[in-house]
Amino acid sequence: MDGNASALQLVFSADPALMQIVALSLAVSLTAVLCAAIIGLPLGAWIALTRFPGREAGIVVLNALMGLPPVVVGLLVYLLLSRSGPLGSWGLLFTPGAMVIAQTILVAPVIAALARQTIEDLWVEYRDELAAMAIGPARRVATLLWDARFSLLTALLAGFGRAAAEVGAIIIVGGNIDGFTRTMTTAIALETSKGDLPLAMGLGLVLIAVIIVVNALAWAARRAGERFVG
Amino acid sequence: MTMRALASDLPIVLQDVSHQVRGVAVLAGVSLTIAPGAPTVVIGPNGAGKTTLLRVMMGLIGPSAGVVTWGGRTAVSATRRAIVLQRPTMLRRSAAANIRYALGSAGIARAQWPARTEYLLALVGLADLSERPARRLSGGEQQRLALARALARDPEVMLLDEPTASLDPAATRAIEDVVRTVAASRIKVVMATHDLGEARRLAGDVVFMHHGRVIENAPAATFFDHPSTSEARRFLAGEQLD
Repeated sequence: MDGNASALQLVFSADPALMQIVALSLAVSLTAVLCAAIIGLPLGAWIALTRFPGREAGIVVLNALMGLPPVVVGLLVYLLLSRSGPLGSWGLLFTPGAMVIAQTILVAPVIAALARQTIEDLWVEYRDELAAMAIGPARRVATLLWDARFSLLTALLAGFGRAAAEVGAIIIVGGNIDGFTRTMTTAIALETSKGDLPLAMGLGLVLIAVIIVVNALAWAARRAGERFVG
Repeated sequence: MTMRALASDLPIVLQDVSHQVRGVAVLAGVSLTIAPGAPTVVIGPNGAGKTTLLRVMMGLIGPSAGVVTWGGRTAVSATRRAIVLQRPTMLRRSAAANIRYALGSAGIARAQWPARTEYLLALVGLADLSERPARRLSGGEQQRLALARALARDPEVMLLDEPTASLDPAATRAIEDVVRTVAASRIKVVMATHDLGEARRLAGDVVFMHHGRVIENAPAATFFDHPSTSEARRFLAGEQLD
């Protein structure tokens, strides 16, 4: 109980160190979701609308990649970005940039797989009409992405959830450096192992609250969109 | 503008056109000429092949056998044709945005969009609902929006697949009024229906189909007053055809 009390105290006193950790967590995860969306949405739409050999197998692999283990992704990105790795000259290891890269790799398959399903369902409904209007392939993708935008928000949320909750990848490539690459999840892992349970608990509560707030905003946006756009 | 772009899609000529879907003949040796003039109404019981015929005329389906020509040419892109599907899909946008989308797809210059959109919505009686989400419109309003969207392509030929099916009498009348206006503006209308009353009200000539074949093709007055086949006589008498 004592731990909970001091956790809440930290939260409500808007402790600057805590706020910095929260801000970095949000910045890294939201940037990763943005990058993953730029990759995943067109990719998902493309797979939904294209017939090619090995498509079924590709979809199975894509769906499986939703469960990509974060520590493995962290390790791969670490190897890529380490001083002797192929991208070592970028000097990104142990920076927020490396964390964004790792989380983008984790999130892109989630967004692509869910977008593929959403777009494919909408395509069944739109196919004849778009054919009647002689819509070309690129415009078709743009149309479906736009008209599915509120459903696709759910895919982005799932991606954000995965990014915000994971610790395995960013702790490897970010290094959990105090004041630079420390996020809520890496700090919770550290504080728990150090035995500072109040801080860990406080961070955990903030993390859950942040995820709830982001989902609530997205939900409100979706409801408003459905009301005004149909 | 090249001569190609100005060339007419009419007449649409089908020569011995057949179409099979999984071994079943949906169209069986249809030969037909769609020429400029009053609306051609395609009638026949469900499953007669009306929808497939319209899709072949639109160029959405390549027939299994036979030849289709548009103004004497084969494989003409559908820039001068428009089709209203039996169940039109409303894009998840406002009524006006649905029209703008069609204008864009038809390559109409953006500067003309506002005036064209306003004109088309007024034409189908939806001016007051322009900002309403299209999917929130009633069934009849959606059909009228689909008509406006097809007209946005500035077509020479307009193919309508049972546009009044499952609409109440008032909504049906509104659609028929639009069809009359369209036909009066020298756009060739080809319309499928299984509503005989509607066929009588709108048809310049009639194509009567059964089992994927054209049984009769005649001016409306001739067909309704002196049908020349027993199938047509029985269909007009309201009997079930087998």
